[in-house]
Amino acid sequence: MSVTVFLFYFLSVLAIGSALMVVISRNPIHSILWLIGTFFAISGHYILMNAQFLGIVNIIVYAGAIMVLFLFVVMLMNLNTETEPKKNKWLKLAGVVSGGCLLLVLVAALKTAEKHGQLVQLKEGDIGLVGNLGKVLFTDYVVPFEISSILFLSAMVGTVVIGKKGD
Amino acid sequence: MQVVLLAFDWFFLIEKLVLIIGIISVSLVIAMYETYAERKVAAVMQDRRGPNRAGPFGILQPLADGLKLFMKEEIIPNTSNRMLFVLGPCLAMLTAMMTSAVIPWGGNIEVFGRQVSLQITDINIGILYVFGVVSMGVYGIMIGGWASNNKFSLLAALRGASQVISYELPMGLSLIALLMLTGSLKMSVIVGQQMDGWYNVLYQPLGFLIFLICAFAECNRTPFDLPEAENELNFGYHQEYSSMKLGFYLFAEYINMFISSVIMATLFWGGYDIPFVNDAALMERIGQNWMALLQGLCLFAKTAIFIFLFMWVRWTIPRFRYDQLMNLCWKRLIPLALFNMILTAAVVLWLKK
Repeated sequence: MSVTVFLFYFLSVLAIGSALMVVISRNPIHSILWLIGTFFAISGHYILMNAQFLGIVNIIVYAGAIMVLFLFVVMLMNLNTETEPKKNKWLKLAGVVSGGCLLLVLVAALKTAEKHGQLVQLKEGDIGLVGNLGKVLFTDYVVPFEISSILFLSAMVGTVVIGKKGD
Repeated sequence: MQVVLLAFDWFFLIEKLVLIIGIISVSLVIAMYETYAERKVAAVMQDRRGPNRAGPFGILQPLADGLKLFMKEEIIPNTSNRMLFVLGPCLAMLTAMMTSAVIPWGGNIEVFGRQVSLQITDINIGILYVFGVVSMGVYGIMIGGWASNNKFSLLAALRGASQVISYELPMGLSLIALLMLTGSLKMSVIVGQQMDGWYNVLYQPLGFLIFLICAFAECNRTPFDLPEAENELNFGYHQEYSSMKLGFYLFAEYINMFISSVIMATLFWGGYDIPFVNDAALMERIGQNWMALLQGLCLFAKTAIFIFLFMWVRWTIPRFRYDQLMNLCWKRLIPLALFNMILTAAVVLWLKK
């Protein structure tokens, strides 16, 4: 077992384990912290594939910014295990059914993907390095890239509008 | 499995371990003496003597302070979440130390016929790594403040977190302008471009100013030390902490100060380049190892100047009000940084044409 394979299994166990803990833990703050752990494990996977840029951006954007906002909201609303409303039986059943549907779709999608998939390049491969990624983004995929930036801009404007409504 | 594991480059591992231990201990010692320097600087500015009892000139004062913190009773509040309460200061300390991994501390040295770089790792995304670690720094404050289960701590933690997140934006924008000039995210390349040439601060004076202000805010230093405003929040997010856990929070602040000074020196002031001296010529004359030592000392001298600036500002400028803090960030610094970015982009394009 080489170091890379060992790291792969370690990160996978970490990612899946902390993802499970997100769902299982009763305290919403703990859930968020486990989710941060999941993001770190996924970033580790990116780095294992030598996609350094993706890995670090995943940490900056998700773990560093979005999760902080989650924490903010939960802390300010002071959600605790005691104040959590009791869920009714039918609601639980509906949750199980919809979760099962999602699982079905995911399994179906992954099953077809496996046929014409190829092995991931571990350690080598330079497609994820920042220079190559930038070149691809600004030549082959420039239109989708610009469109997504307009999407972000409109989201920002929307936030400001909503925030201004109070006064 | 044994055989494959042994095929690993052990010399590489040992070299890096020695380097990591060395850099961490140097940062810790410097952080210790920063506390001493801060009190001495404060004393000079307020026309006092400062600490002068422990050892000659009070030079053993940091040791005495550390001993005091270790000896104090460890109190974990009854209602708080134990695990997160301990995790808070650990995270603060960890994120403070992690940034030092990508900083080039000097040129190469030769040990037993091996070229050893004085940088723990020279990754492709050096600056982004620094940025990622900085954005992690929020968690130490937030988790600690929340786990204390105290309204003042929570308020201070939320304040601190929103301040750090807000000031990350102009910081990133000012760095983008710098990156347009350097064209690389590698720290070693950025320093290499400044060797024996113009420092980046001459091309990016506005960017440097914005970065400096943001560094003050990110380190929670005066005039932006709102998370620990005693008159409003008692003691801030570490109110419930005692003993060495409190020490870790205070220590993390000083390490952050040291590391951000090093980063400013590296990105804008030429890193380990010796000013007014032709480094390549000097290297021929005195050899590689001595040169690396001189360069390292030079970096530390530049860092010391910035640390002094941090302290100077602390004892000169009073604290901002919270709305002033946010106005400065969102209404002044971000537009200014955007302007700087567009200006830099225009000039770079114009010169390339």
